[in-house]
Amino acid sequence: MEIPYTVKPRPDTGLYNAKVGIWLFLASEVMLFGAFFSSYILLRVGAPDGFWPDVATAWPHGLLNIPIGTFNTAVLIISSVTVLLAWASLKEGNLPKFKKFMAATILCALGFLAIKSYEYNEKFTHYVIRLKDGTAVTGHLDIDGKSPRFWSLATVEAKKLESIKVHVDVPNQFRYPVGFKHETHEEAEAKTGGHGGGHGEREIKTADIALLQAFIPKTGTFFAIYFTMTFLHGLHVLGGAIVMAYIAFVGDGMWKTDPERYTNRIEVAGLFWHFVDLVWIFLFPVVYLL
Amino acid sequence: MSLKAFHLVFVTASVLLMLGLTAWCFGNYRRSDSSMDLVWGAVALASAAALLVYGRYFLRKLKNISYL
Repeated sequence: MEIPYTVKPRPDTGLYNAKVGIWLFLASEVMLFGAFFSSYILLRVGAPDGFWPDVATAWPHGLLNIPIGTFNTAVLIISSVTVLLAWASLKEGNLPKFKKFMAATILCALGFLAIKSYEYNEKFTHYVIRLKDGTAVTGHLDIDGKSPRFWSLATVEAKKLESIKVHVDVPNQFRYPVGFKHETHEEAEAKTGGHGGGHGEREIKTADIALLQAFIPKTGTFFAIYFTMTFLHGLHVLGGAIVMAYIAFVGDGMWKTDPERYTNRIEVAGLFWHFVDLVWIFLFPVVYLL
Repeated sequence: MSLKAFHLVFVTASVLLMLGLTAWCFGNYRRSDSSMDLVWGAVALASAAALLVYGRYFLRKLKNISYL
């Protein structure tokens, strides 16, 4: 049985069927991501700025790595260019050139995911430590030269550690903008005995800690929505990369039997890929910059 | 809407993002006086210009392909 309108446009829609299908699918995706962006706005407007006094509901700034996020944005923009050039190569009848551009697109997708994984790992080893004297610091733990993931105060107590070594972050105006009582340089110097420049390596007694938590979804509303949205987007990137790799390198036999239909498949895959990249174009400024 | 038309939308959004990033970096530079913010701002502005040049190139390359 021959499937109708895989190449020729349907008279009523003016488009071949797969294109109508992908746009209907993308409409549902707009609703999905739209719901998350709406949630983001509602959570954001209802949250106080800063990291203090309530870590769970406050909206922190400056805790994401902006240079890495910007680099990942560039990677996705390049991948959109290469997928368009791949489709244009098929339109010119040049299959080898098409495969090179598709390989570049898939490499960009995998590169994006690798960088995102690195960013996630960096968050899982990054902690907020609230002390009983009312101050708080952020930084990385140093336990026998290793930086552990997902620890809490209960973990430290269960391991019977009397103190923990912390590489404390340098505070800046973006990290603690409102109502945050961060130590002054002099206070930090006094606590480290004048060594390490105040905000470097520091030993903190377990008995002095009121809260110790990694930057994970349950840490607060910001991290909850950040991980939810970026993970969902990452799943779309992974799905898109798998489908494009299959069409380009496994299902390319169709190019010999029905080249026009094969070209249309690439166009449909390209439309999905552009949507995924466009979501990131909105996601990046919203979670990293604003 | 064809891939050509969607790509045009995407490039436009990317240019706007880069211009926004430029403004964000220069705003930070005014507050912090850090030369890195100035460098990042200049890179973002150059990226916006490069995307505009690319936009013209791709429109010329695909001039025979429909927007539908």
